[in-house]
Amino acid sequence: MSDNNHQWPIWEVFIQPKNGSAHEHAGSVHAPDGEMALLNARDVYGRRLEGVNMWVVPALAIVASTPDDVGPFFDPANDKMYRWPNYFKTPEGIKQIS
Amino acid sequence: MHFVKRILANCNQTSNIGMETTLSVEELNKREAEFDAKIASGITIEPKDWMPERYRKQLLRMMSQHAHSEVVGMLPEGNWITRAPSLARKAVLLAKVQDEAGHGLYIYSAAETLGMDRSEMIDQLLSGKAKYSSIFNYPTLTWADIGAIGWLVDGAAIVNQTVLAKCSYGPYARAMLRICKEENFHNKQGYQIMAYLMRGTKEQREMAQDAMNRFWWPSLMMFGPSDTNSPNSGDLMKWKVKLHSNDDLRQRFIDRTVPQAEAIGLRIPDENLKFNESTRHYDFGEINWEEFKQVVSGNGPCNKLRMKQRADAHTNGAWVREAAAAYSAKKAASKN
Amino acid sequence: MSSKNALIEYCLRIADNSSILAHRLSEWSGHGPILEEDIAMSNMALDLIGQARGFYAYAATLENKGRSEDDLAFRRDAREFVNRNLVEQPDHKDFGTAIMRSFLYSCLSYLQFRTLMNSNDETVSGLSAKAIKEVIYHVRHCGDWIVRLGDGTEESHQRITDSLNDLWMYTNELFEQNEVDAILLNDGVGVDLTLLQQDWLNLVKEIFSQAQLTIPDVGGYQSSGGIKGLHTEHLGFILAEMQFLPRAYPDAIW
Repeated sequence: MSDNNHQWPIWEVFIQPKNGSAHEHAGSVHAPDGEMALLNARDVYGRRLEGVNMWVVPALAIVASTPDDVGPFFDPANDKMYRWPNYFKTPEGIKQIS
Repeated sequence: MHFVKRILANCNQTSNIGMETTLSVEELNKREAEFDAKIASGITIEPKDWMPERYRKQLLRMMSQHAHSEVVGMLPEGNWITRAPSLARKAVLLAKVQDEAGHGLYIYSAAETLGMDRSEMIDQLLSGKAKYSSIFNYPTLTWADIGAIGWLVDGAAIVNQTVLAKCSYGPYARAMLRICKEENFHNKQGYQIMAYLMRGTKEQREMAQDAMNRFWWPSLMMFGPSDTNSPNSGDLMKWKVKLHSNDDLRQRFIDRTVPQAEAIGLRIPDENLKFNESTRHYDFGEINWEEFKQVVSGNGPCNKLRMKQRADAHTNGAWVREAAAAYSAKKAASKN
Repeated sequence: MSSKNALIEYCLRIADNSSILAHRLSEWSGHGPILEEDIAMSNMALDLIGQARGFYAYAATLENKGRSEDDLAFRRDAREFVNRNLVEQPDHKDFGTAIMRSFLYSCLSYLQFRTLMNSNDETVSGLSAKAIKEVIYHVRHCGDWIVRLGDGTEESHQRITDSLNDLWMYTNELFEQNEVDAILLNDGVGVDLTLLQQDWLNLVKEIFSQAQLTIPDVGGYQSSGGIKGLHTEHLGFILAEMQFLPRAYPDAIW
């Protein structure tokens, strides 16, 4: 890395769009530490009233599954349809439960 | 130069660089076939998915070029921020140029998932190794040029980007989606500036037509060389990074822009421009490809100035970036 | 001087300060030290343009002479501008100077709007309530940078110290008052700046102590007279640039 650069590490930015909803990934910023990452995230991703709360997370701290994991991670749920409510037919004569 | 090592399932993860070197020929062929099948069935490619090295390289070239264009593109318009003729125009222009910085940032981030640091991409720009859109090497001489850029140049960019939002590489497509949403007002503010000038004084109308005359042809060049002469198009189209040819997009831009010009009384500086009833498109004159070649290869009116301005900003900011990093390092050390 | 004229003058001061500082910050668009900061500086400039527009518009309404916010920004000459001289100082693309200038001003602006939120004048209190949220962020953002630059590298410490030394002579003037302030204070509309001076100093000192910076010795020349239209030579150039189009094409609508 040349002296001119001093590349700051990458932070992933998550924004809570409105009160009560879950944080969503918005994008990334470069910053030397969390405080500045937060300020940068505010300036870059908060230009259009995008939310009520922000998280910044060092990109390196995120552990992700790999494409090869798709099968073992997600396929086993395929044959467990009983986890969905529409699996259960409501017996005739009963209007509604829960 | 170290690679950015990011692993993020959802959005930004580093691609598996150099994976194929460990693969046998059969395995490589099999993976390529799987990759081609994914592309064919419209499945988005994500950073950690296997991808052919050429796909990664072509994408990186295209994306970094796009990001550089956003950042260099701040300069010709930035040139007029302090001279904007009203407070409202000043705020709009400043917000627009600021958006270009944001868009550059989004695209750099997306490109970083392909395994190259933003700082390395910037080095490539400043050393002249990487290119950026030729349009930004033309000077902004009057206020009307700000209108012309917003209307024509952003108009052309929107035609391009709307298509790119459906491209095969996930991070690029997502960045484009966000950019398209934000960029809508850029084109509108430019057209509004032109419309105001055209219903203004004689000097204002002349100013607008003059800007039109200077920016029309360079705007058409933004779509790149003609299909018969575009070396990288084949692969990029095969991989669905590009979904339409340069000429198709150029035609689309002309078809939608000519009526807009006519609506406010601007003349298109092309004697051969004529609506073709049989094709339902506008025919237009020959683009000066020699000029395009010259500007792309560094011999445009402002190439040197733009690079000097970017290089100065980067050099003058080095001590600032260094100080912030040093401060964080000190704080982190004192915590341990 | 009538209460109304005092209020017009008061609004012009706030608007001129905001507009001129926004001009200086907007010079950085496309030239920031890193993309994220380029965006941040434009955000601050945009906030300030918004503040300027609000207070110009109110001044225009009060004077009721058919002038618009733009007439006030673009058709007054340097001697009629009543901004503090700090905000017109050039930074020669030195980031530390730009940040120090904004920091010193924003600290005052914060304290001033905090008080003006309770102004008897509803428009002033409304505009101030909006502005204070913006200014709190400016203080935080600039303060964060002051600390990083002051306590960063040897070079950055030296550079930000130089910026502080260069700009300090414009800080006394931030608290200058005249008849306008006396009238508005009496009306419960304005602020007594002399009461804010100590708070301002405390705020500034707190950040400076984190940044390992010391306040320069007060001595030598201290700038004076911005609110009387007595400026440094820089303002004329800012206005020449800023006002060029409306002046060159007086009948044009943009």
